[in-house]
Amino acid sequence: MSEFRLPSLGADMDDATLREWFVKPGDVVQKGDIVAAVETNKGIIDIEIFEGGTIEQLLVGLDEKVPVGTALALYRGEHESAVEEFARECVQRPKKNDSTEPSALTAKTKHPPLEAPARKRVSPAARQRARELGVNPDTLHGSGPGGAVTLEDVIASAGPAAPVSSTTTNADASASGMRQAIAAAMARSKREIPHYYLSTTIDMTRALDWLQAQNAERPLPERMVYAILLLKAVARAVKKIPEVNGFFVDGQAQLSVPVHIGVAVSLRTGGLVVPALHDVNEQALDQLMPEFFDLVDRARSGHLRGSELQDGTITVTSLGEQGVETVLPIIFPPQLAIVGFGSVIERVLPVAGKPAVRRVINASLAADHRVSDGHRGGLFLAEIDRLLQEPESL
Amino acid sequence: MSADEIRSVVLEKLLQVAPDIDPVQLDAQMPIRDQYDFDSMDFMHFAIAIGREFQIDIPEQDYTKLQSLDSTVDYLVRNSSARTNAIGK
Repeated sequence: MSEFRLPSLGADMDDATLREWFVKPGDVVQKGDIVAAVETNKGIIDIEIFEGGTIEQLLVGLDEKVPVGTALALYRGEHESAVEEFARECVQRPKKNDSTEPSALTAKTKHPPLEAPARKRVSPAARQRARELGVNPDTLHGSGPGGAVTLEDVIASAGPAAPVSSTTTNADASASGMRQAIAAAMARSKREIPHYYLSTTIDMTRALDWLQAQNAERPLPERMVYAILLLKAVARAVKKIPEVNGFFVDGQAQLSVPVHIGVAVSLRTGGLVVPALHDVNEQALDQLMPEFFDLVDRARSGHLRGSELQDGTITVTSLGEQGVETVLPIIFPPQLAIVGFGSVIERVLPVAGKPAVRRVINASLAADHRVSDGHRGGLFLAEIDRLLQEPESL
Repeated sequence: MSADEIRSVVLEKLLQVAPDIDPVQLDAQMPIRDQYDFDSMDFMHFAIAIGREFQIDIPEQDYTKLQSLDSTVDYLVRNSSARTNAIGK
């Protein structure tokens, strides 16, 4: 039997609250299947299982908050035969109340057996209030229609001694949790990583003209945004200057062959998340665009996948939307570099000896001096520039 | 569809994309992105929803006409009446 544990979705995450199970005991899962949704300071995240097999038992109930590393479920891996499993269990039956028991800081109420995780009908207001009061609504007797748990049931269960509703709302609490997470990651970056910064101006006129011509022939939902050209150019340039792509771990650089670009996405509630767009260098623009669209959507609405928050190998931040010309970014540890893009602006530039109005963008790089230096970083930005002058070959 | 009906549909689509927009506070003549966090991705969603609802393809060069609530309604009134006339002939 194997344990499916709550993964760490970044060095700054300590715990998460289980919000939904997508599997039940007996279900067969494939590697990469989404099995649960958890709520973290980065919002609701869908977490995947990294081995195929059969779910045997769910160990953590809905709305329980558990630390990173907690076993959430038991499953039989596809390579474990039932016979072997039986033999092993006979020899060494796991002790109850062992690591499989939900942690002590979790539910204050008793849970029903978790074999039947069917969610009880609970009104949204009741679930919200239950969360505030630290009560598991699924354990309550429901007096509403069809046995649904109502707001009154929740309040009654909490009793007169229950804490009165706090002054901060859930949204406030989650925004401040995210702010702390950002602060921790950025303080660590500034403390540990010797950054160097470079910046250059890239003429985007050709690329934007090409994009406009492409989009003129496409129906609205298939049109591309220029950010996708920037992402592809960064991914291709990495192939030439690989020391900006990867991680700095245990005192040394681990360069990555795949290019998973973390895309900084700001959230309506404040803060940001940096989910990764996978294998950007391997994919055509037409494939990348819907993936990018979907990624930004999910970053804002919830349901990013755990892997997307874990495996970015370089980050791109584009703050051009609100008119910022230049970004001086901070590396997202343990990555090696981050590329910033400002907004597209018109500038008069010499073209073939004559002044011309061109649309330009400022590209900046912050990179880790332990791994590369300004010369290589400069070549990296120059390569991004060169690639953007040939948009048709991106 | 009357201009008022168009306006209420546009507002509904806008709120679907950006639920933080307050329809009472929204200045209908001012570009939406100057009032709320409304980036190019939000705009794409908005334009796709509008295109689907009114069954028109909005060319990229017309994006500038969809910047405020009023200008979007004007654009749709003009385009849907143009289309009705064309069908009428």
